[in-house]
Amino acid sequence: MPAVPPKPAAEPLDPLRWGPTFPEAARGTLDDAQLRTNLRRATRTIRDKRLAVTAELPDWEALRDAGAAIKADAMDRLPELLEQLEANVTAHGGTVHWARDAAEANRIVTGLVRAAGAREVVKVKSMATQEIGLNEHLEAEGITAHETDLAELIVQLAGDRPSHILVPAIHRNRDEIRDVFRSQMPGVPDRLTNEPAALAMAAREHLRALFLRADVAISGANLAIAETGTVAVVESEGNGRMCLTLPRTLVTVMGIEKVLPTFRDLEVFLQLLPRSSTGERMNPYTTTWTGVTPGDGPQEFHLVLLDNGRTRALADDVGRQALHCIRCSACLNVCPVYERTGGHAYGSVYPGPIGAILTPQLLGLDDADAATASLPFASTLCGACYDACPVKIDIPTALVHLRDRALHDGGPRRPTAAGAAMGAAAVVLSSGRRFRWALRGAALAGRLLGGRRVRRLPWPGSLWTASRDLPALPARSFRGAWAARVARVSRATRDTPAAPDGRDPRSGERSPGTDGRGRP
Amino acid sequence: MSAREDVLGAVRAALGRGPRGGRADAVGAGDVPRGYRVATDTASGSVAACDLLEHRLLDYRARVTRCRPEEVAATVVRELAGAASVAVPHGLPEAWADAVRATGATVRDDVPGRPLAAAELDRTDAVVTGCRVAVADTGTIVLDAGPGQGRRVLTLVPDRHVCVVRSDQVVGSVPEAVRLLEAHPERPLTWISGPSATSDIELVRVEGVHGPRDLRVVLVGP
Repeated sequence: MPAVPPKPAAEPLDPLRWGPTFPEAARGTLDDAQLRTNLRRATRTIRDKRLAVTAELPDWEALRDAGAAIKADAMDRLPELLEQLEANVTAHGGTVHWARDAAEANRIVTGLVRAAGAREVVKVKSMATQEIGLNEHLEAEGITAHETDLAELIVQLAGDRPSHILVPAIHRNRDEIRDVFRSQMPGVPDRLTNEPAALAMAAREHLRALFLRADVAISGANLAIAETGTVAVVESEGNGRMCLTLPRTLVTVMGIEKVLPTFRDLEVFLQLLPRSSTGERMNPYTTTWTGVTPGDGPQEFHLVLLDNGRTRALADDVGRQALHCIRCSACLNVCPVYERTGGHAYGSVYPGPIGAILTPQLLGLDDADAATASLPFASTLCGACYDACPVKIDIPTALVHLRDRALHDGGPRRPTAAGAAMGAAAVVLSSGRRFRWALRGAALAGRLLGGRRVRRLPWPGSLWTASRDLPALPARSFRGAWAARVARVSRATRDTPAAPDGRDPRSGERSPGTDGRGRP
Repeated sequence: MSAREDVLGAVRAALGRGPRGGRADAVGAGDVPRGYRVATDTASGSVAACDLLEHRLLDYRARVTRCRPEEVAATVVRELAGAASVAVPHGLPEAWADAVRATGATVRDDVPGRPLAAAELDRTDAVVTGCRVAVADTGTIVLDAGPGQGRRVLTLVPDRHVCVVRSDQVVGSVPEAVRLLEAHPERPLTWISGPSATSDIELVRVEGVHGPRDLRVVLVGP
């Protein structure tokens, strides 16, 4: 038994979407104070670093514009670019495979590992291989896949799920990680401390043996250049370089949306990505390779181009921009919802704001189950994700668009708590008289409560208070306060001359008894 | 239908095109607004560029030593102090290799046709290389596996990497480096910014996980 229990315990059937609806899952994770503490500290640190290094560049906004335009252009020309990429990878001695879905990609990779005569592989952290559940599939086929990114290793050893795109073990603190290593890592020193440096060195020892003996490596790709057939992996630890350099065979699984037109585009994305993701001017290591280089690195290279729902997303004119994502995770780190619920509540390898628009589209909203359709509602629409996105994905607009699709486009049509609340609000807000009575009621309740917070309301208000406190009700409504102010001003100005512009100060004030359009 | 035809067909259908349809109005790369800076105020090869590069590298906790061209061999030897074995890539200037040999350290030459095995490199303390280009703005050194830079594995497995950067190889910005590198995109590129590092545990930066833990840059002034 691991000393630290896995969270969540069950292995999901589909890494792209598992578990209950977002609100149900969030109810559980919101109860975890340790998780919220870990997350608050981590996201704040990374937010501050990102702001500092993006502020250094006077042309940051111009880079974002270029990044957004390159991505839009690449999506427009996707068939031609993919064919060009295939031709250039092939011309340099690589082999290109196409996979319609996860099952097909898994079959292709398994076949390639078998053909290389390998029973174990080393892996570079990759969202695409997580999305298709490659490790689990290989395991079932009798092949062991070793994650070599430190955070992925922690998650794998703990029997856990990643909760962040960039820092998958962001929800674990150093004590938890030490306990995972002590109980799960073979040959770990008995007196391993919780110092991050000591933990990193234990991982180094553990993994180096694996790197030196592995025949096959599996990676993802941060981008691939159609014009040259060049593939790139951006990383920090050097585990990527180990995998991309040491084994004889390299298999790279890449979503079709990662293709970029020209080599020059590297200069845009190598500036946008590190600054947005880890808040560094540049990540420690970037590796690019083009097919096979005789005498240097793997002598066999396979590129698997993965659809798995991407063409479904491409067909939606508004939602398509989710495919522009370069997986920097800046949107997660600024999201107030993510910061409180954590990544697991999204029930997908793609958590946070980008996950909320990407996952439902990859799976298709036309026959979405209620759990997937709940994701576009996992947001306050505050817009911080849009401001942070290095390629300017308009996540709030896409969220609203997908909410509409989820409710009207064959999605689940059952009445929701939000819908009921909005319906009730419409009744009150559509009449000035009803609104005034409602305010008087609230003010009365506020005086009765004496400024105390409300923690629990009766149904249907309980749907709201289950996950939030109701703010303390003021003893007087704005309308009441305004009326009193007007009365005070009138008394004060009764004996003074009219204002210089000849306007009577009293009639210049809008009557508190109207709804703003002159109607009582 | 093959998976290839199916995927390409689905992409075309999603874009609202026919089964084999091309785009008459295809958006060209020229339509992308590129209003960002290509060059910075820091002129390539200038003292200011070298100063900025040094500053950025120190920020990543790399070690930087400045020297004059005639002092390179001696400086490299100093940076190798304590290393009992040193890997030397094909094409490294003979004067540097000879100076290293003269110290009595075991020198392991990586030669085409007789490459060093990874296990052998794992028992090697340090490696000396040159580079293709360095970016001052970001503190990045780029190796393109050309002469004196070695196969990628050489600068990866030994724990100490001593890298010689000439001032005329220092450019101000990432776009300037990409302009140089796009002459040979097919060469394997390794962009290095400081020693190997991780921030996966509570976002505390730890140097040295899998790559060289000790990056020493010899910056050669005019």
